[in-house]
Amino acid sequence: MLNILVCVKQVPDTTVIKIDPVTKTLIRTGVPSIVNPFDAYALEQAVRLKEACGGTVTVVSMGPPQAKEALKECLSKGADRAFLMTDRAVGGSDTLATSYILSCVYRKLGPFDAVFCGKQAIDGDTGQVGPEMAEHLGIPQVTYAVSVEYDGGELKVRREVDDGWDVIGIPTPAIITVNKTDELPRMATLSSALEANRADIEEIHCADVADMDMDRVGLKGSATKVIKTFTPDRTKQGVKLEGKAAGDAAKELVALLADKQLIS
Amino acid sequence: MSTFVLNEDRLTLQKVTREFVQRYVRPVAAEWDEKGETPLELYRLAVQHGFATFAWPKEVGGLGLPFLYQVVITEELSKGDVGIANTLGATSFAGRPVLDSGTDAQKQFIADIILKQGGMGSFALTEPNAGSDASKIRTTAVKSGDEYILNGRKCFITNAPNAQFFVLFAKTAPERGHRGISAFLVERDRPGVSTGKHENKMGFRLATAGDVVLEDVHVPAENLIGVENKGYGLAMKILDYSRIGVAAEAVGVAQRALDLAVEYAKGRTTFGQPIARHQGIAFKLADIEMRIQAARSLAYQAAELADAGAAGFGKISSCAKAFASETAEFATREAVQIFGGYGYMKDYEVEKLFRDAKLLSIFEGTNEIQRVITSSYLLK
Repeated sequence: MLNILVCVKQVPDTTVIKIDPVTKTLIRTGVPSIVNPFDAYALEQAVRLKEACGGTVTVVSMGPPQAKEALKECLSKGADRAFLMTDRAVGGSDTLATSYILSCVYRKLGPFDAVFCGKQAIDGDTGQVGPEMAEHLGIPQVTYAVSVEYDGGELKVRREVDDGWDVIGIPTPAIITVNKTDELPRMATLSSALEANRADIEEIHCADVADMDMDRVGLKGSATKVIKTFTPDRTKQGVKLEGKAAGDAAKELVALLADKQLIS
Repeated sequence: MSTFVLNEDRLTLQKVTREFVQRYVRPVAAEWDEKGETPLELYRLAVQHGFATFAWPKEVGGLGLPFLYQVVITEELSKGDVGIANTLGATSFAGRPVLDSGTDAQKQFIADIILKQGGMGSFALTEPNAGSDASKIRTTAVKSGDEYILNGRKCFITNAPNAQFFVLFAKTAPERGHRGISAFLVERDRPGVSTGKHENKMGFRLATAGDVVLEDVHVPAENLIGVENKGYGLAMKILDYSRIGVAAEAVGVAQRALDLAVEYAKGRTTFGQPIARHQGIAFKLADIEMRIQAARSLAYQAAELADAGAAGFGKISSCAKAFASETAEFATREAVQIFGGYGYMKDYEVEKLFRDAKLLSIFEGTNEIQRVITSSYLLK
């Protein structure tokens, strides 16, 4: 039996997002929101684990009320219950504040045997929330997992590294952040999707969480200050060797690379 | 809420169906189109996701969705492949006479075949000499003690090669014309039932169709569906509803053709600009769009009338079927034209859509029959 908490974020679908060339900010209008793809992989791993050894999968998201859409999708894809942490006071939270808030939610909803997160969100790409939660909670973590098994005692986590895989045994409770896996997140059925639409998703507000330190949430609790966002200008032009016979161009290229000491 | 603004549930069903199509249907459609067979693995997966039984009542494991919702799902499935949409639709449709007039045991039997075994059903009415004029069927069912003995041949029967059960229409009182037809639930494994090689069709190639041959097939009396000699009315009632499904399939085929044409027209350049910038092409796109919008509206209207049980819905469902299928023919023809030489090549999906579209104006009552029905409402 494993009771697993999965943290998910609703993000704009970055495959269709554009950046305003003048203000350099994201144009969010008309961009569909999706469950962060890595979180979807995390949910799938959690649900598979539940199916293998029993237990429950709870999903939680922090965000505005519209994030309930993402939670409903999770319910249609194997999660048993869903909660939305939503409060004006948490607006503007960076990863430090977010991970603090989520760890408070973990304590409120727990106990859990494991927390699954995506390795990172595709909008911010920081990859910090999962690991920071582990620090706040003082529990072990494995990042970049591609599969998780449970032998009744500890979790066996397979993670991807540059030259192969690590298989790490980790006691529960633990936090695992999940990479893209071979198993695609399952699809909803027509029936599970309609059922999820009717699910009651409970909102959690700061006041509902005992001992939440309000100095550690929102902008106030954030260590990151965004001063400016911009798209770096492409300043360097490449060198093109044009209009030459292949042999001559090759010789010239070798000379150029040798000159820059890129080859010897 | 307006019919034309999709509510949360309809948007959800649309999204789930789109995802299913994107992940499972589109990657294999061309391959199975070439083979001309139903991909049974895909079929079973679709059944598991609810795509064969969403129209069935909840008591037998369906979703009990109203017609309006069915139209949304069927359009999306048909954008992936109208053949697989039709295979699923034909199973659902074969169940309808049983669900409408059958016994609890019959209902349980077909529900188990579909939902537990991922099996298929087949609605067998048409015969070599009785297509549009269905009352002229020659298959007979002769009562003998507590059995019926069936003899005859059905043709162009969707799902025949793969079905585990047939809902089959036969004459129990041949002298009484259409008032002498009864419906039977016939299991595939009953001695004397055989299905020939399936037809090598122009389109709809993921849906198989073929003969069902009955040679002294002994069927217990409890396999009679509903009342003896009331089968024709049952068939016609079901066909009224099935036209809505065909209209939805047609809207899907047309919309897919338009989507592909728009994408292509934006990317393909001639005379220094995308062909979409040439008014000759842009107007074609607009013409397709107008007709699709009208066809979809008609399909929604027919569905809403059917859901309301409104009198006269049969007229609108005929209008919708004929108009939408002609829209699909128009849209796919123009899409192939926009693609030019590429559109004529099998490497491009519009070629397949063009072939698929043709059947829509022929089956489930030809468009000429739809005009007979529509005008008969006017000339009453």
